[in-house]
Amino acid sequence: MEVIKNTTNRTSLLNVLWDIQKKRRHISSEDMVKIAKEFKMSKMEVEGIVSFYHFFHQSDVGKYTVYLNNAIISKIKNHKEVKEAFEHEVGIKFGHITADKMFGLFETSCIGLSDQETAALINYRAFTNLTSEKVKSIISQLKSGVAIDEIADFPEDNIQYTPSKNKIVFFRNYEPFSSLKKLEDNSPEAIIELVKNAKLSGRGGAFFPTGLKWELCKSQKEPQKYIICNADEGEPGTFKDRVLMNKLPGLLLEGMIMAGYAVGASKGYIYLRAEYSYLKEKLEQTISEFKKQAWLGKNIKANKTFDFEIEIFMGAGAYVCGEETALINSMEGKRGEPTTKEYFPVEKGYLGKPTVVNNVETLCAVPRILEMGVDKYLSIGTKLTPGTKLMSVSGDCKKPGIYEIEWGMKLKDFLKLIEAENPHYILYNGFSGECLSEADLDREISGENLLADHIQFEFNDPIEYARKMRGVGLRSGGSFMVFNKDRDLLQILKNISDFFVEESCGVCVPCRTGNFLLNKKINKVINRHADATDLEQVKEWSNIIKQSSRCGLGKTSTNCLLTAMLKFPEDFEKGLLAESDFNHTFNLENATAEYNAIINEIESTYGQSN
Amino acid sequence: MDNPINILIDGRNYQVEKGRNLVDAAKENGVYIPTLCHFHNQEHALGTCRICTVNVNGKFTTACTTKVHEGMEIEINTPELIDTRKALIEMLYAEGNHFCPSCEKSGNCDMQNLGYDMGLTVSRFPHVFSDKIVDFNPKRMIMESNRCILCQRCVDEVKTKDGYRVFSFAQRGVKTMVKIDYEQEEKLSEAEAIRAMNICPVGAILVKGMIQELPFGERKYDLSGKNKNVTLKKKYVETLDKGKFIVATTSLAGCFGCHMSLLDIDTDLIDLIDVVEFNKSPLTDIKTFTKQCDIGLVEGGCANSENIHVLKEFRKKCDILVVFGECAIMGGIPAMRNFVPLKECLEEAYIHGLTSEIGANVIPNHEDIPKLLNNVYPCNEIVKVDYFIPGCPPNANHIWKVVKNILMGEEFSITHEEFKYD
Repeated sequence: MEVIKNTTNRTSLLNVLWDIQKKRRHISSEDMVKIAKEFKMSKMEVEGIVSFYHFFHQSDVGKYTVYLNNAIISKIKNHKEVKEAFEHEVGIKFGHITADKMFGLFETSCIGLSDQETAALINYRAFTNLTSEKVKSIISQLKSGVAIDEIADFPEDNIQYTPSKNKIVFFRNYEPFSSLKKLEDNSPEAIIELVKNAKLSGRGGAFFPTGLKWELCKSQKEPQKYIICNADEGEPGTFKDRVLMNKLPGLLLEGMIMAGYAVGASKGYIYLRAEYSYLKEKLEQTISEFKKQAWLGKNIKANKTFDFEIEIFMGAGAYVCGEETALINSMEGKRGEPTTKEYFPVEKGYLGKPTVVNNVETLCAVPRILEMGVDKYLSIGTKLTPGTKLMSVSGDCKKPGIYEIEWGMKLKDFLKLIEAENPHYILYNGFSGECLSEADLDREISGENLLADHIQFEFNDPIEYARKMRGVGLRSGGSFMVFNKDRDLLQILKNISDFFVEESCGVCVPCRTGNFLLNKKINKVINRHADATDLEQVKEWSNIIKQSSRCGLGKTSTNCLLTAMLKFPEDFEKGLLAESDFNHTFNLENATAEYNAIINEIESTYGQSN
Repeated sequence: MDNPINILIDGRNYQVEKGRNLVDAAKENGVYIPTLCHFHNQEHALGTCRICTVNVNGKFTTACTTKVHEGMEIEINTPELIDTRKALIEMLYAEGNHFCPSCEKSGNCDMQNLGYDMGLTVSRFPHVFSDKIVDFNPKRMIMESNRCILCQRCVDEVKTKDGYRVFSFAQRGVKTMVKIDYEQEEKLSEAEAIRAMNICPVGAILVKGMIQELPFGERKYDLSGKNKNVTLKKKYVETLDKGKFIVATTSLAGCFGCHMSLLDIDTDLIDLIDVVEFNKSPLTDIKTFTKQCDIGLVEGGCANSENIHVLKEFRKKCDILVVFGECAIMGGIPAMRNFVPLKECLEEAYIHGLTSEIGANVIPNHEDIPKLLNNVYPCNEIVKVDYFIPGCPPNANHIWKVVKNILMGEEFSITHEEFKYD
């Protein structure tokens, strides 16, 4: 354990780094030396933290820093055109900055704007639905000195669907503080009981029972407890939390206050992903509004015996920080590496104190349940997953956006609802989810009849899979990406693999190097250099990564690949070479090209004197 | 035992103390779970290397991070788990640049020991050969990132007296590395520096001056090798009904040391001639294949276009292809050039090097001279290889035992002592 007084002031480390990054456009070696002194750390430890986060840079990133989304949904829209437009307008390639340090061009993974791709962040402001013309006008305006806030887009909410009026949970009419008022008549135990009875479970995608989590935290003897709202919505394809925080920031705060009240915490944090920086102001305004009206602070209005404060903590670009222990490490000013889970956060979490980490959607559901009454809530949805679910829809469909659906809707009906165009491949639950095909059309979106986690990865035969899985619910964290028949499945999988190679925290070898090697194998298949043995190896290696990785990131990183191989074997087999004794990836001409170039060059430099 | 509970390991019941770490609890009962990042008296399990992956109550997890409780059912030695653990070691070898013959820690290395233990001959994963930093800047230590397996031992354990970390992780993903802080490193005492070197399970942390002068002490994993001679029994000769077996050998980018080793069976060679006939081989000086061979023995990796040509020809002309020696298996010493740009290698060798003539300005090149490849490649990354014989060089008895068993179609196993070469 670190010395506690050391760690307490380290909680401000990421903030300090953010200030420097924003002001000086990079964090220099001298700055790191100063910070190290200030925080009583070694300089190398500071460097380790800076180099972990995507948005911290050790060299200048330009006055205007562009982060263009390179995730698959962006790629199937205008990514290529937009990328070229940026390079053309600014006059540099991606990964570089202009000589006058005016512009820096970078790529980044999904920024939570899949419903309005191609999108980019420029100085953490959103620019959506980009085209080459739009890029041209943005760059020329920035060059002429127009303030970035004037031209930035504020992302649309795009709420496309809610169920019939009496079944809406999230997007029903919001009356500020109305559910908070009920805290006076409810004991903390009653709130936990309510959440348990409502069978609410973690909506980030892990589905841990929320009531149980709260109860475990409450039962800890340590008086200081924390509530953390996980708003690090990093799973590619999901953006429901963005919409919830933009549309109903008050509802989220109410949920956090209730969680704090239930478990006996007096402090809450919202860990907001850096990509959602533009939501920070609104959240802060809502917090100060709550404070002004005494719904936050000492002896809050809802229950005079209860104090509660909420602060926003900015992430700095790391997908793995969506994992709760990594998120806590990040808040403590460390590298966002997941722990070995010797203790769960409810036992020893933030600063070693019992901590509840809940997803935005989970927290938003609580005040709604209190407001509607548990019986009414239970009457919506299915038995094990009552209520509604927010789905983030993107890809080849007419109506991308947010869907609040009642749990239990059939997949085929959902596809109709979103007006999917020739749906063929579906990435369900994001890059760590699974690949669905028409074999899954009759399954319902719910948590009913689930099989043990590992079973669905043990099928070898698609027909057997379809038969056995028909009645099994599709539990969803909310990401729904749909692709038509003309899309290239291997390119989709390659994009997923690139993402995991980039986002692995690097602590354990199967995830760190396994995904890197798998990525090369996928290239081999794409380049038509593979034979059946290679496909066998892809499966074998995927399973090794799955079995032995340290955290959920590695364990789920090969899910899409494995399910895609099961359901779309023809996509892998086309262009497969006959079994051979020779590795077709090795090309003698390529391997000797460098030598030829050197000989040519040296002959022309030295040869003349001869 | 204060709090005895029952657990089930691979179907057998054991009584252990409640809350014990599974690795230790198993060990106390004589059940071995391989570990690499985990070490004794460690307060918190690191759980970084994943070598101790086991199945606990139906779920895969690591033993070092598992605390035993009543009724726990554990699987350790299923074929699947044994293979997963072996794969992890292979992956560590593939991601780092481990040239055991030139490593100070060879013979004292936890990872090397596990490699032996698991019967590792070749990595199923292609070698990454990424360029890594060797940092000589610290006052007392050398950080050899080529060998670092990122186990985190040093990061967690080595601190200055005033509580500063000396080692830290930097970057993420495949670029992750352990970096050393020069200012804090200076504060360490000699004894603390040596401890840092000793807790490193591989040869990544070295203390200057200790490398050549002082040996590392007794080699932990040495066992006295038994000199078992393999004599070709008469009965084998009798079983030859189709005539002699035909063998071809070649040395690609190697030092011919493996061929030297081949000859080390001394007078047994005479017996050998009764059963095998050598075709293309430096031993016969036959330059081109004159017939299809039963077995091809290849020493060395592929450094130039001719190596590729010869290797491919061997693959075509030999029914069974055996590669022997580290260079053939993972590139070996020649592969150390994979981290230096080819141009620099050539300039160093022919223009700027100490041994080149003053005023030299030509890099030999002619259409008859083979072209250097961008990298040195292990043989199995070019062609399919049937058998691997590790060693630098492999012992003569070992080589002939393998060849003989392959030819006779016999089951064989090589004992631990026989293929230790550190």
